[in-house]
Amino acid sequence: MASAKTSLNRRSFLKTSALAGGGLMLSFSWLVGCKPSPEQAHSLPDEWFDLNGFIKIGNNGLVTIMSPNPEGGQNIKTAFPMIVADELDVDWKNVVVEQAPLDTEKYTRQFIGGSQAIRQGWKSLRMAGATARYVLKEAAAKAWGVPSGEITTEAGVIYHKASGKQAGYGEMAAAAVSIPVPEEVALKAQKDFKIIGTSRKNVDAKKIVTGQPLFGIDHKKEGMLIAMVVHPPAFGLKLKSVDDSAARAMPGIVDVFPIKNMQDDYQRQFFDTCAFTELVAVVGKSTWEVMNARKALKVEWEPFSDYSETRDNGTRLFPAGLESTEGHREHMAKKTGKTVNVLRKDGDPEKAFQNAAKVIERTYTAPFLAHNCMEPMNFFADVTADGATLVGPLQKPEFTEKTVSARLGIPLEKIDIQMTRLGGGFGRRSYAHWMVEAAVISDKVKAPVKLVYSREDDMTSGIYRPTYQAIYRAALDAENNLIGFHVNGGGIPESCIYANRFPAGAVDNYLAEDWVLDSNITTGSFRAPRSNFIAAAEQSFLDEVAEAAGKDPIDFRLELLERAKNTPVGDNNDYDAERYAGVLQLAKEKSNWGEKKAGVHRGVSAYFCHNSYAANVLDLVFENGNARVEKVTCAIDCGIVVNPDTATNLAEGATVDGVGTAMFGAFTFKDGVPEKTNFDKYRMIRTKEAPKVIDVHFVKNDIDPTGMGEPAYPPVFAALANALYQATGKRLYDQPFAPALEELSRSRI
Amino acid sequence: MAVFNLSVNGKKQQVDVDPATPMLWVLRDHLNLVGTKFGCGIAQCGACTIHLDGTAIRSCQMPVSAVADKAITTIEGLSEEGDHPVQKAWLEHDVPQCGYCQAGQIMTASALLASNPNPSDDEIEAAMNGNICRCGTYLRIKAAVKTAAANA
Repeated sequence: MASAKTSLNRRSFLKTSALAGGGLMLSFSWLVGCKPSPEQAHSLPDEWFDLNGFIKIGNNGLVTIMSPNPEGGQNIKTAFPMIVADELDVDWKNVVVEQAPLDTEKYTRQFIGGSQAIRQGWKSLRMAGATARYVLKEAAAKAWGVPSGEITTEAGVIYHKASGKQAGYGEMAAAAVSIPVPEEVALKAQKDFKIIGTSRKNVDAKKIVTGQPLFGIDHKKEGMLIAMVVHPPAFGLKLKSVDDSAARAMPGIVDVFPIKNMQDDYQRQFFDTCAFTELVAVVGKSTWEVMNARKALKVEWEPFSDYSETRDNGTRLFPAGLESTEGHREHMAKKTGKTVNVLRKDGDPEKAFQNAAKVIERTYTAPFLAHNCMEPMNFFADVTADGATLVGPLQKPEFTEKTVSARLGIPLEKIDIQMTRLGGGFGRRSYAHWMVEAAVISDKVKAPVKLVYSREDDMTSGIYRPTYQAIYRAALDAENNLIGFHVNGGGIPESCIYANRFPAGAVDNYLAEDWVLDSNITTGSFRAPRSNFIAAAEQSFLDEVAEAAGKDPIDFRLELLERAKNTPVGDNNDYDAERYAGVLQLAKEKSNWGEKKAGVHRGVSAYFCHNSYAANVLDLVFENGNARVEKVTCAIDCGIVVNPDTATNLAEGATVDGVGTAMFGAFTFKDGVPEKTNFDKYRMIRTKEAPKVIDVHFVKNDIDPTGMGEPAYPPVFAALANALYQATGKRLYDQPFAPALEELSRSRI
Repeated sequence: MAVFNLSVNGKKQQVDVDPATPMLWVLRDHLNLVGTKFGCGIAQCGACTIHLDGTAIRSCQMPVSAVADKAITTIEGLSEEGDHPVQKAWLEHDVPQCGYCQAGQIMTASALLASNPNPSDDEIEAAMNGNICRCGTYLRIKAAVKTAAANA
């Protein structure tokens, strides 16, 4: 690869006001090799010219666009460069995409989570493209001695129409490098987008379908050893002693030793959640040999005492003891209904319930869940006297880099993190204790090491979706108006309540309360945290309230949203009632909601989270006595849709995931021991259980884009529950639903 | 340890490993063919699917000692240019999200179509039911299998 032609000191447009908050940085060293794929129109250029941290242009016009954030299946590695390329005004077929390594100097917010990548990257990505286009135009104006205002571009070619002059971007790239970056640069009008809003294929698809190395677990280096760790078999236990004599004697084994992934006095950060800090590491030449040696270890465990973990967001108690799912249920049942924190109170809810003609009260629960990314947790580490090279899949590299730095005493600038494609994230890879473990092991054995978790290690090492419970109460007056609404919810170990979400704002008398219970089981973000439960509860409950009020479930919601739009109660409502109603109306229209079909049972649900709106109409049928989702109509408002086909793919996936989790998802414990260890016990949705048709529609508007990783997921649960009620006459309050359905079908035989 | 002579993607390969070593790890660790993925290790997820004499098997449960002279095909050897009808259909439907399970899905689908060139929806579901996709791309997988059948 040719060297870049720019110098660093000239580039400082990050400091300009145009980029305030955008955080766009410019870079001049490209740490990742660049090879065009065979489909590319151009061959590899002789020289590359860096126009800014996101773009380099080859002398032959080939363009490389860096994608700074990790790719975990949400397809930002395609969508990010699409945004840059549109403003740059290049032909997509001449674009090569590279994954940028972690570089906090060049980029900001290099992480994925909360469906925020597109939303937060939107302006800075456009700015990167537009700024590069500006310097190319200026270079041409200078070269041709014409006013830059007369210069136009199209698909990577610069034109001066009056003189008939034209040049490819590649021809002007060398000169463009020395053009000063403007204070401000014009962005395209949305009507002029040529790439944004069109469907473009996943840039890594060819590598995926041909089995090329892309994932962390595929990473290799000469002399690399394989490591695995052993963690306590139960939550509530810690390492007491290890007899490794037999394991050490096994073939291929290099070393066996206990490790600590975090020092006791280490001030943990938010993403440093880790259930087991003391582990036994087994290091050997091959995975199979290490797996076998692990079985030969004789490890003793002992109970730990209560301990507190103070992180930057507060202190949490981890009580001693061996917890069971049955005990969790009992504790939550006792806790529920008792006020702990009043989060929001509008009007006089107590009086509303006293005066109600009808009160409906229902309790909803959901279990712990495991993320079960298909690629088990893994990381490569090569720690030497010169620093650390860390390669693998993770969602929050910037945060975990600090943890490694503190743990090994290596300064941040000597840590190089390269991000591989994630074989699924769903929140689990935000908590990268395994990266720290890999680094600690490499440091100890003085060799490059790839740490691999087995499926069992992955499933039983903690960081689950919390278990939740919520009681809902609704007060209807004699005319069936909703005059009071009360939610009291909590979980182990976190609350499930968003107090300012719908139907807050639509009811005069409203009360939201929450509570939490301590546990020594670690939990963390899981696709649409909290929303993934509370949407199921709330939207099932509203269905039941609509029925009690004698109203159509969509009309009932729309009436409430109309109220919230016209005369909102309170001023902290965190949703836009019109956009919320918009997705319900679109789902109603596209599903032909009023139409009745024999044998088809329909449920509706809608939810707002992570800045986007989604509604589902779910059609259920019975085939050979088994419930099967025939069709799900999804209506989504995420603003401008950057890449419609892959956004549709995400909505389809979220729908399948929602049906699967609602039906089967459950992680349980007995005396601290996880009862699910692999896919033979933890039931995942399979193709026979997936909806047959998923019909996705996007609201068309000009609002800046918001995320798609999470918002389509939460409404699915209640759409399914409400359809199951229509089919069976039974309301389902406890997830997962499969056991109750099996019970129901047995009772009918 | 023992020496095994294998035929992998049409090439003769020799490995010196524990006879109980699953083919999955022989491929990934010893032959540097990492397209075959580790998912569960107990034949429940299908990520490690390869072909043994054209039949789809779970390589995590197939000890190298049981392979004998049977021909092994992995995702890397399914086609020379990545242009097997199933691979082309996967690209056409832009199936993958994270992509981790897709090599296994493609190997299962290609074995299905080799034995049943025009499978019904039920037959596709039956064949593909052993392959988990955590991202939930099942509908696109099914559509791609149909496209591959039509184009084969």
